[in-house]
Amino acid sequence: MRPYAFVAALLVFVALSAGAQEIKIGGIGPVTGEAATFGVSTKNGMTLAVEEWNAKGGVLGKKIKLVFADDKGDPAEGATVYTKLIQQDKVVALVGTVMSKVTLAGAPIAQAAKVPMISPTSTNEKVTQVGDYIFRACFIDPFQGTVGAKFAYNDLKARTAACIFDVGNDYTKGLSENFQKAFLALGGKVVAYEAHPTGTTDFKAQLTKIIQAKPDVIYCSDYYNDDALIATQARELGYTGPFVGGDGWDSADLVKIGGAAVENCFFTNHYAPDATTPAVLTFVKNYKARFKTSDAPDALAALGYDAMYIMLDAIKRAGKADGVKIKEALAKTDLAVVSGQVKFDANRNPIKAAAIIEIKGGKQVYRTTVNP
Amino acid sequence: MGSIVNTQQIINGLQVGSIYALIALGYTMVYGIVRLINFAHGDFFMLGAYAAYAAFYLFNTWFAKGSGILAFIVLLASMAAGGGVALLSNRFAYKPLRYKPKLSSLITAIGVSMFLEYFFSALPAIGPSFRAFPTVLPKRQIPIGQATISNYVVIDLAVAAILMIGLTLLVKKSSLGKAMRAVSQDKDAARLMGIDVEKVIGWTFLIGGAFAGAAGLLSGMTYPRIFPYMGIQPGLKAFIAAVLGGIGNIPGAVLGAYIMGLAETFASAYNSLLGEGIAFAILIVVLLVRPRGILGEKIADKI
Repeated sequence: MRPYAFVAALLVFVALSAGAQEIKIGGIGPVTGEAATFGVSTKNGMTLAVEEWNAKGGVLGKKIKLVFADDKGDPAEGATVYTKLIQQDKVVALVGTVMSKVTLAGAPIAQAAKVPMISPTSTNEKVTQVGDYIFRACFIDPFQGTVGAKFAYNDLKARTAACIFDVGNDYTKGLSENFQKAFLALGGKVVAYEAHPTGTTDFKAQLTKIIQAKPDVIYCSDYYNDDALIATQARELGYTGPFVGGDGWDSADLVKIGGAAVENCFFTNHYAPDATTPAVLTFVKNYKARFKTSDAPDALAALGYDAMYIMLDAIKRAGKADGVKIKEALAKTDLAVVSGQVKFDANRNPIKAAAIIEIKGGKQVYRTTVNP
Repeated sequence: MGSIVNTQQIINGLQVGSIYALIALGYTMVYGIVRLINFAHGDFFMLGAYAAYAAFYLFNTWFAKGSGILAFIVLLASMAAGGGVALLSNRFAYKPLRYKPKLSSLITAIGVSMFLEYFFSALPAIGPSFRAFPTVLPKRQIPIGQATISNYVVIDLAVAAILMIGLTLLVKKSSLGKAMRAVSQDKDAARLMGIDVEKVIGWTFLIGGAFAGAAGLLSGMTYPRIFPYMGIQPGLKAFIAAVLGGIGNIPGAVLGAYIMGLAETFASAYNSLLGEGIAFAILIVVLLVRPRGILGEKIADKI
């Protein structure tokens, strides 16, 4: 018996020490399916972060191994790969996933297994409400309204504002509500607050009312399709002032539909690839070199990178690859990443800066960064 | 002036009303002649917008952008597409059912509508997503007192007015118009008098569809994004406008459309959520209080 016991012990030791050589982090993203470009960008961001850390010696003296799984943008598939990464690969932490509906399927699994996880891009408020092991690297939707108000008041020097939003959409409603709250708190006045029904094409009745109230700025929290029509019609009615909006404005089609009408328009976004901060410059340069592309990385790549960075930083500060310790360290995060300085609030949502993008000459141009 | 009823809002309402009027005319003409609510009518509007889009990109290398000639070609293309498809739908969908129960034609109309929407959104060249409509004519703002109108408002109103006057003259003065009126009064008697009823019906579809196509162009220019389902809402609103004015009655459709445009604008200005609902509230009230509409003749059964 003894030799067998010895060999068994030896094997266990070898297995343990081999396992101890690396720290496994689970990465999840939809690299195939309807959101495939989102998934690929996110995966690239995570990969770049892991390689940079490994080049500096890994974390806790061990190499980091990224075990990546494809959720195909499908909640059922998402639940399966979350379980696989936790049960089979025994990852110490999870970074993922992209779409809120899939994250909401995976988060309860991570929470139950007490594996800390951070979603790079899921903006739905419910995601972090799943439990104390669930974090995110992007700001949530209503937060953009607050940042928009600060930008309008401080940078555009607006003292009166009007809001227009789609009453059938929680995203646009939430942004406008938070804009109003923040703008009033800063000492501004909201002179008109107009809703419009979903799917309408004529906004002139509401816009006439808004323009007659003479606002310095119009906060328009719709998606680019409606934003372009609203801007066009407001210009037709004689409004020349600025528009401010959220990341729903972010589309190449905005300028195609709106043309000259969307000049002098600003919107909040997670990150601007043409920002001139050193963190962004370095990230864009390294990303292009690593993935041999001439296209600047998009917001998803930046957030995938940031999410991985935040997680690795927490593991380092935890001093131990242990779920409870990592979770506690994550909550105390105070780190400068590509998309800005990140701290977490009590609900594990980041308090971080937003980039303001301006439409200038038909192009999206980085204007400034606004801290909350 | 108040923020709800003022010059600017009246202009806004008239602009919306002009587009409704062009669509409502086709509804009411077809109903007047064959007693059919052609639910596919809103889709002729959509096809007009897409034809205008295609014609613009086909011809904008030959003619200067923003020139009147290009705009005229685009208008002809939109009217040809709307009228042509209306004619085809009459030939292939409605004609075989002409002397069958009315319900069959009505259900067929819904089928034609769905076919046009889904078939065109399935075509790769059109696709289901939004498309940015080109600027056919440069946009200018003209301040008038406290209000601002753009040249597009003038264009919308002018095109609608010209087409409506042309239609009135056609119906009142030409022999085709006389035949139309005869067919609408009594198909059998008209046939006995030697009128080719099917030909008159064909013309009615063609003209009605062409008007809807023109409305599609105006809508595309005014609200520069188009998609295969863009005809549903304006189609419904124009149908209500036609009922309000008295379905089958041409001046009634125009009157109903402008009342609808103004009512929607004022209601949206009063409370943004009322605007969308007011059209349907009007429909319910009209059906309860005066089912034949403002200018409609008294007939026992309508639909």
